[in-house]
Amino acid sequence: MIEVRDLTRKYGNHIAVNDLSFTLNDGHIYGFLGPNGAGKSTTMNMITGCLAATEGTVRIGGYDIFEEPEKAKALLGYLPEIPPLYTDRTPREYLRFVAEAKRVPKPEISLQIDEVMEKTKITEVADRLICNLSKGYRQRVGIAQALLGKPKYIILDEPTVGLDPLQIIEIRELIKSLGEDHTVILSSHILSEVQAVCDEVLVISDGTLLACDTLENLKERFRAAETGETSLEEIFIELIKNPEQFSAPGEETEQKDDGKYEEKKEGEERSESHSEA
Amino acid sequence: MKAILKHELRTYFTGLTGYIFAAFLLLFAGIYTTGICLSSGYANFEYVLGNMSFTFMIIVPILTMRVISAEKKQKTDNLLYSLPLTMTDVVLGKYFAMLILFAVPVVIIGTYPLILRAYGNVNLRMSYAALLGFFLLGAALISVGMFISSLTESQAASAGICFGVMLLNYFLVTISRMVSASAASSVIALVVAAAALSAVFRVMTKNNSWSFTLFIVLLIVILATYVFAGESFSGLVPSVMEKVSLFSRFDDMLDGVLDIGTLVFFVSVTAVFICMTVRSLDKRRWAE
Repeated sequence: MIEVRDLTRKYGNHIAVNDLSFTLNDGHIYGFLGPNGAGKSTTMNMITGCLAATEGTVRIGGYDIFEEPEKAKALLGYLPEIPPLYTDRTPREYLRFVAEAKRVPKPEISLQIDEVMEKTKITEVADRLICNLSKGYRQRVGIAQALLGKPKYIILDEPTVGLDPLQIIEIRELIKSLGEDHTVILSSHILSEVQAVCDEVLVISDGTLLACDTLENLKERFRAAETGETSLEEIFIELIKNPEQFSAPGEETEQKDDGKYEEKKEGEERSESHSEA
Repeated sequence: MKAILKHELRTYFTGLTGYIFAAFLLLFAGIYTTGICLSSGYANFEYVLGNMSFTFMIIVPILTMRVISAEKKQKTDNLLYSLPLTMTDVVLGKYFAMLILFAVPVVIIGTYPLILRAYGNVNLRMSYAALLGFFLLGAALISVGMFISSLTESQAASAGICFGVMLLNYFLVTISRMVSASAASSVIALVVAAAALSAVFRVMTKNNSWSFTLFIVLLIVILATYVFAGESFSGLVPSVMEKVSLFSRFDDMLDGVLDIGTLVFFVSVTAVFICMTVRSLDKRRWAE
């Protein structure tokens, strides 16, 4: 479980993240949504201990990231916004370094490296220098690094940026498969991505949390606000424009457009699968 | 720490840095050994090391400029922060990698007195005491360079500042002879130092009243000492400058006196700068 309480981060007078509180349960894939500059990366950097919080606490599996950083970080795999790669290394060498730093037992290191390279499909470039790799491959080496040591929580900051459509689909499949035995948090401003991959969504704008719910609940609540639209795009735009309008699910509305609901849902599923393909 | 150490050593030996560093030291060791011991026939190997100490001004910046600044530049510092390592692990790993790299040419240079001994009357004790001093001087300067590298993102700036600091340290004794030795000038220097200290305190704590109080207290202490024991101030500044200079401390060792104080001084300087590097890396997470 990841518990974030009253997390605040200031840069001088600018408040990047304002009093954020949420709890993430194990075994889900969480999508972290927000426009550019909303504080997604700042929050992720704080959750992973890369950045100190001005106020508030983060507990990873019961360990406070600021009080017991080593224990907390041992449960984390993190891909920052810019993949942190040593470009004068080959992916294999680089992954070996990360595995050693994560204290993966020696006999397991080669095995795990092969495994994550297989998963992220970088085996064919394993012995080329990272500086000669394309952006897509670099991104995948970054993801591979996060998977080493089989961490309980995998945090990916915009993992599909700079990939071609085919690679994006592959990475999404990979993230979905990761969700089977890890808790995954990924940030994105691509809504279809979140829709395709995540089962719960956190929407953040201007450093404040606007919503934290399952996709289905969000849609339901949105319908309750009687705007008539149900795509995540609409929810997202509406949420960011006027968060107040957004209230808890009302009972009458659910009864009222029961019929419409089914129709829309079907149509949406179609468009969803379309965007995935 | 071991993972970082291995990783850093690999960087030095897959790139050019390690070889340039070793080649430079060995080149100058060779030139001075040839010039002093072989051509001129002196049997004092410590003279070679004494003459060579200036090479640190060039090789230390080359060695240390990228050690931490490059991590920031290529954003790999976020990886180091998110790995289950403490900053002490990271800094010590990096420092010992540099120390091992430095030890390689020093060990090679260490064979020279043995070779020379076959042809003349070399005092091995004095030679190796000087070599120990040489190694510890290098170790201290490398820790200074590492700290400077942790202050900036740019390798060039890091190398430049490091070179300046080495240069200043090298010429500190020469400069100290030009500085006025009068008690009054010492007081002025101390007041400036007190102001600087208070300013640093202000930057760190963002507390105006406490830093002002600190300055006032220091000022009173300085002035009181000056009034009641003014003679202790005369010559203070030059002698402090002389004592602070790592290079001049090393020169003192060449006369065959293995001064424990100097060795402790070198090791303490190293420890202080390693701690400051750890602090500096930790502090970056609080950046505003």
